[in-house]
Amino acid sequence: MNVSFDDLHKAFESRIRLGIMSALAVNDTLDFSTLKEYLDVTDGNLATHIKKLEKEDFIGFEKSFIDNKPNTKYFITPKGKKAFTDHLNVMEQIINSQNSKG
Amino acid sequence: MKDQQDYIQDIAEIRSMMERSSKFISLSGWAGILAGLYALIGAWLSYSMLRFNPDEVFYSSNSLPEVILLAVGVLILSLITAIFFSQKKAGNNGDTLWNPTSKRLLSNMMIPFFSGGVLILILVLKGLIGFVAPVMLIFYGLSLFVAGNFTLKEVKILGITQIALGLANAWFIEFGLLFWAIGFGVVHLIYGIYMHFKYER
Repeated sequence: MNVSFDDLHKAFESRIRLGIMSALAVNDTLDFSTLKEYLDVTDGNLATHIKKLEKEDFIGFEKSFIDNKPNTKYFITPKGKKAFTDHLNVMEQIINSQNSKG
Repeated sequence: MKDQQDYIQDIAEIRSMMERSSKFISLSGWAGILAGLYALIGAWLSYSMLRFNPDEVFYSSNSLPEVILLAVGVLILSLITAIFFSQKKAGNNGDTLWNPTSKRLLSNMMIPFFSGGVLILILVLKGLIGFVAPVMLIFYGLSLFVAGNFTLKEVKILGITQIALGLANAWFIEFGLLFWAIGFGVVHLIYGIYMHFKYER
C-alpha cells in the first residue's frame, strides 16, 4: 500500500478543525453558536479555526438576519467534503497498513 | 508527527461528533395530521357518545373505562402512524429508522413521557380526573421539548405550545376536554400541515 503522511491535509491536523468538518458533514448548515456548543471551545478559538478552513475553501458561510441580529450559517463546500473524505480514507489506510505490519 | 493511536483517536472523535450533531429528520407531517384527526375524533366521541366532560378536579363518570380505552386507542394508533410514516421517510432518504440518532431521541424523550404516564395513572386511580388532561398536555409537551434537541427545531415549539395549553388548562379545569382537543387535535393538525408543506414538497 502506498500512502504517505504527506497525503494528509495540513488543515486537518487540528482536532477542532476535524470536529468542525465532521459536524458540517452531517448538517446542511450550522450557525456559530451551535458549532461552539458542539466543540466546547471559546469564540476566538473557534473563529480562528473557521477562518483557516474558509481560506482553504473547505467551508463557506451565508450571512442573514434573525430579528435584526446578524446570524452566520456555515456549510461544507464540495471541495471540503472531498478533502474530508480523502483524509478519512488516508487515516484508515495508515492505521490498516501499520496493523498489518504488526 | 502523529502516530497510529492519534489517528484512531481522531476517527473516534469524528464519529462521535457526527453522531452528536446529526438530527433525526425522518419525521413526517402526515403523522401529525393523522394524529390530530384521531385526537379530534376521540374527543368528539367521548363528549357526544360517552357524555364524558370533566368539569372539576374530582369527577366521576360511568363511562370512564370506555374513555380510557378510547384514549389508549388514540395513543396506539398515533404511535403506529408516526412509526409507519417515519419508516417510509427514512427509507426514502436511504436511512434506517433505528439509528443512533433516533435511539438518543427516544431514550431522552422516554423519561418525561413515562413519568407523565405514571402520574396520569395515579390521578385516575385517585379520582382526580380533572387533572388528567392538563397533566397529559404538560408532560407530552416536556417530552417534545426534550425531543426537539435531537430533531427538527419545530418540535420544540410544538412542545412549548402543549405545555402552555396544559398550564392554562390546569387553571381552567372545566374546559379539560376542549384543551385536550385543541392540544392533541388542532395543534397537531396545524403542526403536521406546516411540516408537510415546509419539508415534504
